[in-house]
Amino acid sequence: MKSAEEIKAAIEAAVPGAGVEFVPNPGPAAEHSLRLAPASAVAVATFLRDDADLAFDFLSNVSGVDWPDREIAEKVKVARTVTKTVDGVEQSVEETVEETRKRVEPGCLEAVYHLYSVAKKHGPLVIRMKTANRIDQVELPSLTPVWRAAEFQEREVFDLYGIIFTGHPDLRRLLMWEGFKDHPMRKDYVEPDDYEYEPTPHDHVLKRAQERRAAEAALGTEGLRGCGTNKRETVNYEL
Amino acid sequence: MAVDQHLKIELGKQGVLVTTIEEIYNWGRRSSVWPMQFGLACCAIEMIATTMARYDLARFGAEVFRPSPRQADLMIVSGTVTKKMAPQVVRLYNQMAEPRYVIAMGACAISGGPFKQGYNVLKGIDRYIPVDVHIPGCPPRPEALIQAFITLQKKIDGQHLTGADRPRHLDAGAQGEFPVPEQGEHDLEPTSNAGVWPVQIQGLRD
Repeated sequence: MKSAEEIKAAIEAAVPGAGVEFVPNPGPAAEHSLRLAPASAVAVATFLRDDADLAFDFLSNVSGVDWPDREIAEKVKVARTVTKTVDGVEQSVEETVEETRKRVEPGCLEAVYHLYSVAKKHGPLVIRMKTANRIDQVELPSLTPVWRAAEFQEREVFDLYGIIFTGHPDLRRLLMWEGFKDHPMRKDYVEPDDYEYEPTPHDHVLKRAQERRAAEAALGTEGLRGCGTNKRETVNYEL
Repeated sequence: MAVDQHLKIELGKQGVLVTTIEEIYNWGRRSSVWPMQFGLACCAIEMIATTMARYDLARFGAEVFRPSPRQADLMIVSGTVTKKMAPQVVRLYNQMAEPRYVIAMGACAISGGPFKQGYNVLKGIDRYIPVDVHIPGCPPRPEALIQAFITLQKKIDGQHLTGADRPRHLDAGAQGEFPVPEQGEHDLEPTSNAGVWPVQIQGLRD
């Protein structure tokens, strides 16, 4: 199989203005990937499927990735004017100081597709697409018209991450019910608070159980929302 | 009125059968419990194995798995109850005729099991419907299901037809229909049925 760079060159030759970006994988697997621009993704995907040399006729997997907003601390060298007393005379001196600046890199959602070729017996090729942000601009073009196998997997990504695939024939929730508002696989998802009663909590569950206990003690109630009154609960959480 | 056991045996030796309405009524009920033909996850495979020739649940009078809740007495909640499925499970239970029993089979049906800290699995079916027998295991072996079934038969055998501890179908004031939870925006609403949850464990003191 051609390497990812060669495939990128082939795409750019076939689809003008494709805007494909090479994403290296620094790990030992070195499974490099190609990031497609959403505007030309369907054209590129059609080329990858129909090209005689590449012939990626099998879509094996579609995954979602949530990239939350990241705070990045950078050290920047800043020149500033400082007033100093040198030999009894006040002077303005230029000084270079290192400053730590924090900037927030906005997050996004990403869909990752793994392609194989059954005809040519090669693969995988990893292609990915990014949304503009993770709040309101979460549309990506659906690749279901190119690979029918994407249909259910894109529905699952829509359900769990909230990426809206435009051009999908039947974009409904797959695992959660209609009317469910959240996207459970997102990093900022808050799950329902319904498991603290378990007798052997540990790690973050233990922490939450202790918080719950403290809240119950403060309220003087025998349990919130049906938890705590059970005799099974006579467990020492201060393990 | 209970009959003196020695007298009963002595009379039996003479060919006289002495029994009580309660005894014969409970014997009839426990000897042909028809489970509902419904499985949720991998525990259902063990439930199927239990009914097959090797383990043969038919020995205990429960070989007829009915595909309709109207004809079934026993609901074996065999597997993971997702929050998407939970309203249907409660609805099926409501459609069963009294007397009806529930066996919660496996870790998931009891407490959510390995999915306890997930977002989409109900943390035990006893939050919505009364459970008669819980079987631990992941999944429980067929022997465990048979054990649970015998436990249920013993429970039926011990029930009195009158008095405060009479079964629900003989109590006109008992709760017959159990509220079906709604699928809300973030979770099931309500998150449990206050009538059955938390479970009161009998014989447990402070």
